[in-house]
Amino acid sequence: MKYRLKCVLLLAGGLTLSSSGWAAELTRGAMLGNTCAGCHGTDGVSQGIATPSLAGKSVDTIKEAMLAYQKGDRASTIMGRLAKGYSEEEIIAMAEFFAQQKYVPAKQKFDATKAKAGEKLHEKHCEKCHEENGKIDEDGTGILAGQWTPYLQYQFADFKAGDREMPKKMKTQMDKVLGQDGDKRTEELLHFYASQQTGFDAAPKKDKKDKKAKDDDDDDDKGDK
Amino acid sequence: MSQVTRRNFIKLSTSVAVASMAGFPLLSFGANKQVVVIGGGAGGATAAKYLRMLDASIDVTLIEQNEFYYTCFMSNEVVGGERTLDSIKFNYKGLEKRGIKVVKAKVTGIDADKKVVTVDGGQTFGYDRLIVSPGVEMKWGAIAGYDEAASEIMPHAWKAGPQTTLLRKQLEAMKDGGTVIVTAPAEPFRCPPGPYERASLIASYLKEHKPKSKVIILDAKDKFSKQDLFMQAWKQLYGYGTDKSLIEWRSVADQGKVVRVDAKAMAVYSGDMEDEHKADVINVIPPQTAGKIAIDAGLANEAGWCPVDRKTFESKQRKEIHVIGDASDASKMPKSAYSANTQAKVCAAAVVAALQGKDMIEPAYSNTCYSIVGKDYGISVAAVYRLGADGVINSVEGSGGVSPKDATAEHRKREVAYAHSWFNNITDDMFN
Repeated sequence: MKYRLKCVLLLAGGLTLSSSGWAAELTRGAMLGNTCAGCHGTDGVSQGIATPSLAGKSVDTIKEAMLAYQKGDRASTIMGRLAKGYSEEEIIAMAEFFAQQKYVPAKQKFDATKAKAGEKLHEKHCEKCHEENGKIDEDGTGILAGQWTPYLQYQFADFKAGDREMPKKMKTQMDKVLGQDGDKRTEELLHFYASQQTGFDAAPKKDKKDKKAKDDDDDDDKGDK
Repeated sequence: MSQVTRRNFIKLSTSVAVASMAGFPLLSFGANKQVVVIGGGAGGATAAKYLRMLDASIDVTLIEQNEFYYTCFMSNEVVGGERTLDSIKFNYKGLEKRGIKVVKAKVTGIDADKKVVTVDGGQTFGYDRLIVSPGVEMKWGAIAGYDEAASEIMPHAWKAGPQTTLLRKQLEAMKDGGTVIVTAPAEPFRCPPGPYERASLIASYLKEHKPKSKVIILDAKDKFSKQDLFMQAWKQLYGYGTDKSLIEWRSVADQGKVVRVDAKAMAVYSGDMEDEHKADVINVIPPQTAGKIAIDAGLANEAGWCPVDRKTFESKQRKEIHVIGDASDASKMPKSAYSANTQAKVCAAAVVAALQGKDMIEPAYSNTCYSIVGKDYGISVAAVYRLGADGVINSVEGSGGVSPKDATAEHRKREVAYAHSWFNNITDDMFN
C-alpha cells in the first residue's frame, strides 16, 4: 500500500511540472465551489475546527453527502438547508472541483500514546476501507486522516446516535469499536487521525486534467498564516 | 571538455532561470492588465485575492486607508466581552504574498473617464477595471443630533475598531442596575441580524456581571431578521416577556423609532410623541449609505446605494467600475460579510472574463450568517442564490432559511462552533 502512495505521488509531481500558463478556465464547478469557501476554506481546505476540508475528497463522497443532506438522511445544522439549493448536476460539478484540490491536513495537537493505540484500532477495524491510514478516498470513503478533530467527533457522535447512516460493513466494525470502552476507543482513533499530518502529497487523485491556476503560489505561502 | 564546476553550474542554472523568468513576462511587459481595488474589507480583499488566483498576469493594486482591518462580524463578541479586539484584527501581508500591491492611502477621487484613481498625497493609479468596495458610511444627521461627535459619546460600533472598544468600555464602566439602549435602523443596512445579536450578547454580559441591568432595543422596524429564533432564545436565556427580562424590544408600532438624540443629556427620543429615554450606555446604529467614495464618484443612486448589473457587479452608472459588498444594491442578498465574499468572487470572474475578452459564465452566490445569542447558543440563516431573468438575485426555491425552532441544545451549541469555524475560514479566505 505504501508503494501505491508513492506512485500517485510521482504522478502528481509530474503534473505540477508540466502545467504552465497563468490563467485558468473558470469552470462551473469552481464558480459554485468558491461559494463554499467562507465555511470550508479557500479551495476546500478548512481553517476552522468544526468544518471538514473538502479538498481531495472523491466525487462520490461529496455527491453522496450532499444528496443525503438534501433528503435529510444525514443530520446537519446548516448543510441540509444549503444542499437543497443545488441540482444533482451542480453538485457533481462542485464535487469534481473539490476532488481536484490538494488536501492539506490540519495542524493540530494530539497525544502520541493515544494515537498509537488508535493506530491499532484503525488497522484492525477501519483500514480495509479507509486505506492508507484514512488518507485515501477513492470510492466514497472520505478522508479521515488530518481532518479536524472536533469535526470527526461530531461524526462519531452522529453515527452513534443514528443521525448519520452507515453501510452495513461499517456498522459491524463500529459496533465492535464502540462496544467496549467506546468513548476511550473513539478518543484514541481521533488522536490517531489527528496525528496524520504528513504524507498527503499524493492528492489530487482524480480528474488530473484541468488544473486550477494555483500553480503560481504553490511554493510560497500555501498553508500557513 | 567543458568545465562545469559547481560554481559555473550555479551561474549557468541561475542565468537559465533568470532568462526563463524574464522571458515569459517580457512577451506582455507593459501590457499587463491593471485592476485597482478600493477598500480592503470583506469584498475588496476577497476580490483582490481571487483576481490573482484566476489570472496571475493581472496587476492587482489594493488601496486601503488603514494598516489593519477589524472585522465587524464577530465584533459583537468583543462588545459582550467574549473575545479580544486583537482576535478580529487582520493585516494585508497574506495578500501581498500573493503578489497584490497593497497601498495604504485614502482615495480622494475617481476619474471614470480617464480611468484614474487619485489618493491623498496626489499619487495616481490608472486602471483597466476598477472594483469599489468601500462598505457603509453612517448617515450622519438622519437621526437629528447624531453626528460624528455624538458617536464619540454614543458609539455606533458598526465599523469595528476604536468604536467597538469604546462601547465595550462603557459597558464595563456601567453600574449594576444601569440601562443600555441599542437603536436599530430600518432596512437596508449592514448586517440585518447584527443589532439583535449585539443586544443578546450585551444581555449575556449583564446576566453574569450586572444582573439588575437591562438592555432596551429601540427599533425603526416592526420585524427583524431571525426574529422568532431570537425571541425564543431571549425567553430561554434572558427572561424575555417577564417583568425581570434583561431585554426589551420596542417596534415602530410601539413607538420605538428613534428620531432624535441628545448626546450631552444621554437621551434619545422615539416615536410620534418623541418619548424620552435616558440610559447609561447608548449604542446608536444609524441609517447608512454606501461608502463616501462611491457616492463622490457618482456610483450611488438617490437612496445612497450603488445599482449594479448583478451578473458582473459593473456599475449601472459608470462603465468599467464594479461595486461589491454592502455598498452595492445586490437585492435580494443581505448586506453581510458572506454576501460580500461571494459577490467578490463573481465580480473577480467577471473582470477577468472582460479583460480576457471572454463571456462571463453563470454566477453563483450564497450567504451564511450566524448569530451567537448566548453561551452555547447559536442560530443561523443560509441561502443559495441564482440570478433571475429579471436581474434580481433570488434565493433558490425550497432551499435556505433559518435554524429550526425545535432544535436540540446540542444543535444550538454546534452552531456556535460552526460560527467560530466560519469566522476562521472566511477571514482566511479574505486575507490569506
